[in-house]
Amino acid sequence: MNTVLAIPSFAPALPEIILAAGALVLILLGALRGEKSAGTVSVIALALLVAALVAVFMLPAERVETMSGSFVIDGFAKFMKTLTLLGSIAGIVLSSDFMRREGITRFEYPILIVLATIGMLMVISANDLIALYLGVELLSLASYVIAAFDRDNVRSTEAGLKYFVLGSLSSGMLLYGASLIYGFTGTVSFPGIAKVLTGEVGTGVIFGIVFVAAGVAFKISAVPFHMWTPDVYEGSPTPVTAFFAAAPKMAGMAMTTRLFIEAFPGITGQWQQIIVFISLASMALGAFAAIGQRNIKRLMAYSSIANVGYALIGLAAGTAEGVQGVAIYMAIYLAMTLGAFACILSLRRGNVMFENISDLSGIARTHPIIAFCLAMMMFSMAGIPPLAGFFAKFAVFNAAIKANLVALAVIGVITSVVGAYYYLRIVKVMYFDEPGERYDAMPAGVKLVLAVSSIFVVLFGLVPAPLVSVAGAAARSLF
Amino acid sequence: MVIGLGHYLTVAAVLFTLGVFGIFINRKNVIVILMSIELILLSVNINMVAFSTHLNDIVGQVFALLILTVAAAEAAIGLAILVVFFRNRGSIAVEDVNMMKG
Repeated sequence: MNTVLAIPSFAPALPEIILAAGALVLILLGALRGEKSAGTVSVIALALLVAALVAVFMLPAERVETMSGSFVIDGFAKFMKTLTLLGSIAGIVLSSDFMRREGITRFEYPILIVLATIGMLMVISANDLIALYLGVELLSLASYVIAAFDRDNVRSTEAGLKYFVLGSLSSGMLLYGASLIYGFTGTVSFPGIAKVLTGEVGTGVIFGIVFVAAGVAFKISAVPFHMWTPDVYEGSPTPVTAFFAAAPKMAGMAMTTRLFIEAFPGITGQWQQIIVFISLASMALGAFAAIGQRNIKRLMAYSSIANVGYALIGLAAGTAEGVQGVAIYMAIYLAMTLGAFACILSLRRGNVMFENISDLSGIARTHPIIAFCLAMMMFSMAGIPPLAGFFAKFAVFNAAIKANLVALAVIGVITSVVGAYYYLRIVKVMYFDEPGERYDAMPAGVKLVLAVSSIFVVLFGLVPAPLVSVAGAAARSLF
Repeated sequence: MVIGLGHYLTVAAVLFTLGVFGIFINRKNVIVILMSIELILLSVNINMVAFSTHLNDIVGQVFALLILTVAAAEAAIGLAILVVFFRNRGSIAVEDVNMMKG
């Protein structure tokens, strides 16, 4: 017991430290100043997220491990952290007007977003099972509360309760798997596990991998652990739904990718089957179950399940090119989903939000710009060139074919044709049905998010090279 | 009879299964679900400590302590959400958690 403990280098965790210290200050500010501080807290939280984004850009590009090897920074972490922070910033920007009109402007909301963001940044950098679990829990516990944020609304609290019960169950499964992996490999660190697991592995480890896969599949809402998604998306306040569809998906996908690529590289054949199955099931369920939906938030839930399925195709390939596909897919999915939710948030008259697909009827005549932007998002999600969504699907299908997963790619194309039906139905309702009353003018924050994401989605096809090359460098840093 | 690793793992597996079934089969009360969740987390702790002793490695016990603290936070948040749900719905029966379906 005479080992000298060296103080680890904290510099690689600077974005997380900025957010954590800032969140504590904001809690104090909110506690001292009460409800009237909500506006200030929102602005400071945004500034913190932007500062964290700057800190992410200033991190070194090469791989750095710190905190006894449980925290790692590399190109992939930087790329996914950037996307996550953009999603969180949008989560706050989209919310301010909505919260004011619903009368639920409280200082806790931006603080909870910041806390969830710390959890997300932690899981992206987690390099052992303990760090992974703690990050997941910080993300989830904050998310349960945000889902129930409209606490006088029975649907919002029900969404929070369902999310909590199913989320805790999935954390339990993740932990049970982690305990089996720890027991049968003797270590919790990803590189350590990778060193032990080569060639033939025992049943205990396989069980562990299956349980851990179930836990992470829940966090990215992949089938068969998707059952919470439609209810939570429908019940939560709409800006919260937008946040859930954007930022945690980025972090969850990054966590899944790092876990499988870095901890289990020696037994790719074993986990590839699991990923292929959940990817297939997610794409199929997302495509078919969305057809009968009338609530647009529920439709977006099934759409996000399907999108996670497509992104997992890249991971199933298990190659650097596949991970590059995942990174490109998630970046484009972030823009598409935020744009679609900005359009949904603009369907409001006075204090009433409209959430049904029929409420979109004929808005091409009353609100041509919103209709055009939403149509672009829908065409892009359906994968129609030259919009961004086409390039996203192209990247993952291409990687799958090069990794000899031709059947998976073919089924992916078929389900995206099925999915095109419900995306195009929205376009048809907007352009060819009878218009109803006009909606209120869009708030400035929503306008900003919609403008940025529409420009990205429409014009990405002209200059795809920068994103593709950055994603490629990010993916190579994992191998 | 010597009580070995296998016995501990079996107990933990039985408790874990009971917890999972407690969540899915229980049709009465959300509190029972909270208890089932605790059962799952504690069964994992038995696993962790048993492996830690077996491997003569301290990391498993550190992990178990962290799980205990997170479980406490999780129970607190779960109960808080349950209280706001009860205020709105006037019931905590599992069959009343049904406003959204489809």
